[in-house]
Amino acid sequence: MSKNLISSKSSLKSPKGSAKKQKGENKAKESSKGKRKQIDKKDEEVNLSMASIGHPEIFPLVFTTQTQEIFNCRVDEDVTEENRFKLIKKEDIIEDLKTRAAVSDFHPVKKVVLEYPGEELLVVFDAELQYGQNFYLVATEEAKENLLKLPETAEEEEKEDDENKEGTLEEYVYKPPVCKPWVSLGSEKEVEEESVKDSVSKIKYLISRVRRKFGAPITFTDKNASSVKDSYIECTSYQDKTFSIKLLEKDVGAQIVPKVRENSTQTKWTYPKNAATQYFPREFSDEEKEESLSSEKLKEFITSVFLRMEIALQQNEIMNVFFDDWKALAEDESSYGGKSDVYLKEYQSFTDLHYLKDRTISCVCWHPNIYGIIAESATERLSYEERVNLSGKLLLQKSVILFWSFSDPLHPLLMLECPEDIYCFQFSPSDPNIIAGGCINGQVVLWDISQYEEKLQNAKASAGGIKKTAVNLPSFIQAQQSGTEPPLARYCAVSSIEYSHKAIITDIQWLPDYFEVNRMGTTFENRAEICVQLVTCSPDCSILFWDIRGTKLPVQPLSDKVKEDKIIDVLPDFPATFKHLDLTWKPLIKINLCKSDTSVDYSPVRISLREQHYHYKTPDKVQSLNKREVLAKESPYMEISVPSGKILRALENISTNFFVGTEDGEIVYSDWKMERDSDSGRLISQKPSQTHAIHDGIVHTVQRSPFFKDIILSVGGWNFAIWKEGVTSGPILQSSCSAVRYTVGHWSLTRPGVFFIGREDGNIDIWDLLEKTHEPSQFQSISISMITCIRPWIASAKHHFLAVSDDSGVLHVLEISWTLSHPSSNEHASVLHYFEREVKYLEYYEQRQEFRAKERIEMELEAQRKKTTATAPQKSREQMEEQENMDYMEFLDIEKKILTDLGLVKGSEVFSSSDA
Amino acid sequence: GAGKSRALMQIFSEEIMEGLITFGIPIRTTFDNSTTVQYAGLLQQLTMKARSTVRDIDPRNDLTFLRIRSKKHEIMVAPENEYLLIVIQKPCE
Repeated sequence: MSKNLISSKSSLKSPKGSAKKQKGENKAKESSKGKRKQIDKKDEEVNLSMASIGHPEIFPLVFTTQTQEIFNCRVDEDVTEENRFKLIKKEDIIEDLKTRAAVSDFHPVKKVVLEYPGEELLVVFDAELQYGQNFYLVATEEAKENLLKLPETAEEEEKEDDENKEGTLEEYVYKPPVCKPWVSLGSEKEVEEESVKDSVSKIKYLISRVRRKFGAPITFTDKNASSVKDSYIECTSYQDKTFSIKLLEKDVGAQIVPKVRENSTQTKWTYPKNAATQYFPREFSDEEKEESLSSEKLKEFITSVFLRMEIALQQNEIMNVFFDDWKALAEDESSYGGKSDVYLKEYQSFTDLHYLKDRTISCVCWHPNIYGIIAESATERLSYEERVNLSGKLLLQKSVILFWSFSDPLHPLLMLECPEDIYCFQFSPSDPNIIAGGCINGQVVLWDISQYEEKLQNAKASAGGIKKTAVNLPSFIQAQQSGTEPPLARYCAVSSIEYSHKAIITDIQWLPDYFEVNRMGTTFENRAEICVQLVTCSPDCSILFWDIRGTKLPVQPLSDKVKEDKIIDVLPDFPATFKHLDLTWKPLIKINLCKSDTSVDYSPVRISLREQHYHYKTPDKVQSLNKREVLAKESPYMEISVPSGKILRALENISTNFFVGTEDGEIVYSDWKMERDSDSGRLISQKPSQTHAIHDGIVHTVQRSPFFKDIILSVGGWNFAIWKEGVTSGPILQSSCSAVRYTVGHWSLTRPGVFFIGREDGNIDIWDLLEKTHEPSQFQSISISMITCIRPWIASAKHHFLAVSDDSGVLHVLEISWTLSHPSSNEHASVLHYFEREVKYLEYYEQRQEFRAKERIEMELEAQRKKTTATAPQKSREQMEEQENMDYMEFLDIEKKILTDLGLVKGSEVFSSSDA
Repeated sequence: GAGKSRALMQIFSEEIMEGLITFGIPIRTTFDNSTTVQYAGLLQQLTMKARSTVRDIDPRNDLTFLRIRSKKHEIMVAPENEYLLIVIQKPCE
């Protein structure tokens, strides 16, 4: 058992072979150990030994250091874990006991020590406090021996084992297992637990029976169990309410298997296909139509339907059912914009100090196609006498026509050279590159500016201008633009001096492109569809018609041709468009306006034809392109010859009448068809049919309204007048004399009842016939000098301009305000109505005049008659009284008769004359 | 006979165009064939549609007159049995 103690320690080191036994001992020791721990301190009196734990010979002791020193068992010096054992002599212990008595550590084991048989006692160092103290005393010799032996044997065994280990590598000696007694290690308890035992004693039954009854035959019978009571007990099932289990969870196994299926289908592919159908409508043949028409059914149908249709048509006749009153109302409202909206806003003004010094602007024309280009002609501001005086001298500055563009107000764009002062000019409506002008000496001048056309078009996008540019102009054009001199275009042709006017040409106009005139004055259709004819008038009492096409030239000798060629070579920049006309141009028709009674002729200043080509709509670019294609041929005017009258179709509906305003303030209405004089056979012009002397001064403007072809405005002297063609009694409207001379007038292009009058003091009067007819609705001061020309223009839908030129050479361009340029919805109708009213009034006035004249005559006759007839003698008084009495009697008789006839009174009641 | 033709003449004489149609095929017209045929086909269908509309709403009802007012002119259609009388008129001011 003491072996066990040691073996438990050494068994850890030693191999298993020798440790089996020790292990068995260990088990017992371990179990006893467990019990030992529970033991508290024992009494000192009581046996201190470890008997309670199975080791009566072990006595745990505490050795103090003093004791250790005395017995040379100092911890870690004399006695270590390795070397535990200390043999102490019994005599020493007894001596210690005597010396220290109770203090000695051996005091508790005094008895043991005294009774110890041997000489030496073994004290073992208990480092692990196995027995509770750091030392323990072994009381018996046997235990001492055992303890002492064991470590030795263990050591020896260890050594042996080590040696054995080394040895067995080479040679293994088989040792058959040695039978050993079974040592219980506690497993029998488990076995016991597991084994099945009868917990209850088995019941024995002994059943006996008489032997002879064995083997006897047996009969079985059936018996119903339910017949006998209590023969069976059944246990029916019932739902026990106290016991119910809800299946809250269920374990279900599932397996996911992908199901793969293959399927296919065939579809019809639809694709777009072009298909066409041709069809024709069903139609009746003629016979079928006849048949249907005559059928009875149709007759019935017509009779039944006719009434409805008639009603509907009548309704339409009476009034327009679908008229939108609301819309019409709104438009009227907006037209009353207010007076302040009527104005002319200054847009730009053009003047050039170089060319326009001391000059006046005689005529202004807008370019028909290109936006923002305006041309003006400048003439010397000299009176007639001054001109005559200066005529001998050479004028330093040639007269020019200047072209201005909105983009550059300081430098004119182009200059047209003029042989003399140009008093009037006009762009050809069909080809704006052809310009015709009338000179002061009576010649007609033609220009062709085709080569500058591009420049004019690009002027809009010039670099230095106000508008933005996107065009990269080549450098030389830029240089020219920025240069000082605008390009000078020479004129193409002038008319022959002998056949031109003898006086200044005051008005020149192009004939519209849809008709042309021959020598007789009859109108024909214009196949060329371009403007080829002009009409000019001049105070030399004549009106001339010109044709710019080449007439059949007689065959010329070669030398002349060569000369011509040479001349042409000398002037290279001379456009050859009209060289066929140059200096040989003769007018087509010459009309002399002669007064009927005197030999003095009229001196026309302005002419107004009924048929006019109006530029007044926004330029239609498509049209102009077409025209340009027509003129693409070089010098078409030369090639186109005047066709003979037989080929062309005569146009009947062109009016050949015209109005003329004269120098003396008269308005003359005449016809340009030439008559053949019966006597001489020559063509003479017709006498004018009407003349009216309205104006007190020279008539500056005779202009037809752009809206009404038979309404003419004439401005001259100190007043203006509105005429209607066909009304021969006089103007339908005549203004009162104004304080200042009127110099120009022009209808507004967009509003039928509005026109502009320019005055001598530089103001412009804006007249609105619908607003006021006795005074202008608005006037505006434009410049300080006399207004010489007014030209309105529609540049775009939003921009309506008015070009006003004055005497000092400045050209003002004004913008017409919205209200002034946009008519109200029914303005046209209102103005027309107004004119008609005026005409009616005029007629009425005439009638009244006639009536009054008649009346006057009658009254005079009456007065005369009264004078001549003798007066009757006066009757005497008595005779008069008698006469009265007789009258009274007559009256009473009559009264009586009537009352009797009526039956109101009886004969006797009336106081008759016979009773009196 | 005479009365009917006189009535027709009355309608024909105004400044309008007119056509007589049966089964969508023109019988008599005052303007050119192609236009007539076009008007006939289109208006026949429209009249049928209009009539069916009216009768759908109330089966005892029937279409008596159809007027189409457009910007440029007014089309008046009088249907009866299988005939159609079409008048095209410029609207009055």
